[in-house]
Amino acid sequence: MSEAVRIRELTVRYDQVVALDRVNLTLQTGMALGIVGPNGSGKSTLLKTIAGLLSPASGVLEVFGAAPRTLPPGTIAYVPQIEAVDWSFPANVYDVVAMGRFPRLGLLQRFSKHDRRVVDAALEALRLGDLRNRHISQLSGGQQQRTFVARAIAQEPKLLLLDEPTTGVDAATEEALRELIRGLVKNGLPVLMTTHDLDRAADWFDRLVVVDRRVLAEGDPETVLASGAYAGIREHTHVHGHARTDAASEQQR
Amino acid sequence: MSDFLIAPFQYEYMQRAFVAALVVGTLCSTIGTYVVLRRLSFIGDGLAHASFAGIVIAYLRGIDYYVGALAVAVVTALGIGFVNRRAGVSLDTAIGVLFTGAFAFGVFLMSRVPRYMIDLQSFLFGNILGVSREDLWLILVLALVVTVSLALLYRALLYTTFDPVVAEASGIRAGFVDYALLVLLALTIIISLETVGIVLVAALLVTPAATAFQLTRRFTRMLVLSAAIGAFCAVVGLYASYYLQAASGATIVLLATILFFLAMLVRRRPLRQSSAARTTR
Repeated sequence: MSEAVRIRELTVRYDQVVALDRVNLTLQTGMALGIVGPNGSGKSTLLKTIAGLLSPASGVLEVFGAAPRTLPPGTIAYVPQIEAVDWSFPANVYDVVAMGRFPRLGLLQRFSKHDRRVVDAALEALRLGDLRNRHISQLSGGQQQRTFVARAIAQEPKLLLLDEPTTGVDAATEEALRELIRGLVKNGLPVLMTTHDLDRAADWFDRLVVVDRRVLAEGDPETVLASGAYAGIREHTHVHGHARTDAASEQQR
Repeated sequence: MSDFLIAPFQYEYMQRAFVAALVVGTLCSTIGTYVVLRRLSFIGDGLAHASFAGIVIAYLRGIDYYVGALAVAVVTALGIGFVNRRAGVSLDTAIGVLFTGAFAFGVFLMSRVPRYMIDLQSFLFGNILGVSREDLWLILVLALVVTVSLALLYRALLYTTFDPVVAEASGIRAGFVDYALLVLLALTIIISLETVGIVLVAALLVTPAATAFQLTRRFTRMLVLSAAIGAFCAVVGLYASYYLQAASGATIVLLATILFFLAMLVRRRPLRQSSAARTTR
């Protein structure tokens, strides 16, 4: 096992609003790390920063020992919470999942048989085989979510970041997704995922962090949940959470 | 019939006009696929108008119009990208600010020249019959540069057009791709000016792609179909203008507009989101 993500005293701001305040976090390869916290706690900001989409105000952020944006293309796969794509875009499920291969392909490299096999395998893994020729506007919310997870899997990333992938997904799909992710983790893939579902945290993750701008607790899921660190912040979230969410989401376009 | 088709080619300037129209029609509608899908319809108009300042500067300095127009269009294109990123305003606002600014600069410069000799009409509406041998070479070379660049950037452009955030996270340089597309657009517009003119070039960028969008739901097909429609409109439009003795740029654009509405009529079913997809967004 080696360090996939190393974060030391990381601070991220949207103009004046501090979204993350001196966060420390380590993710080893072959580990699934769950991130929980109230709305507006900076969970999504943390994933976006690791993905290289936001620049830290201060602190250290290393993915495989380097800054995220200096990594070879295809290293990080990121599945956002809400896909803000144009659903009328001329693409079917297969086309979208195939995009997962694009970062790995050179300028003049052809889309090979191997690429096609990887895409087919990703479609099968997310049980999208029957929907491969369906236009993206004709998918349900859960099917859309599965399509974007399949695209991330087809990328064969070295690090997988998932922002609440189980939201709006039925129980069977959620279980299939969990088994898929656990299988990838077992093969050594480091996974970072935000969730609201505390009850299943122990089934999903090897470690759990509670984030509310700062890291409030970290450890194995049972211990963290038993410590009550999350229950404590839940109370005041309803008061403070809103204003922060609005300020933060405004900055996120 | 064959006489009808061959007749225009007895003049050398008509041969050049047909080659120029074919190249420009195909190129504009190919890159136009990205213009339509990225909702940049305004930009063709913007860069074309901005290039006017370059034409005036070139005239005042006694240099080639193409060089002046190209320089100003590329600088404006990069400026649009820069303002969009730095000022945090939307792309169409950045375009609106910069192109009117550059156009105003052109008008300002021209108004200070006591007796201007520029044939304004040929820049505003194009003068495809005036395409010289040198112009045609320039058009062909620049078209080749743009085509090769588009081919090399094909996947990066497709991914960043569909989902720029996730594309960037996966390691595709979305910022570079955006700038590259703007510069390629500037080049495309410059080589189109003589064919269709400042006022109508935007139509060649938008209309064939918008027509293709209605006829297919796959990206590659849309790209090929758009290019074919653009080529068809340019060549048939030029024939029509020859026999109708009408302005060539306007005839080409009118033909493209007619095809757009025909596509709207034959399209089998409207693009609509499923109810499930709508409620979750």
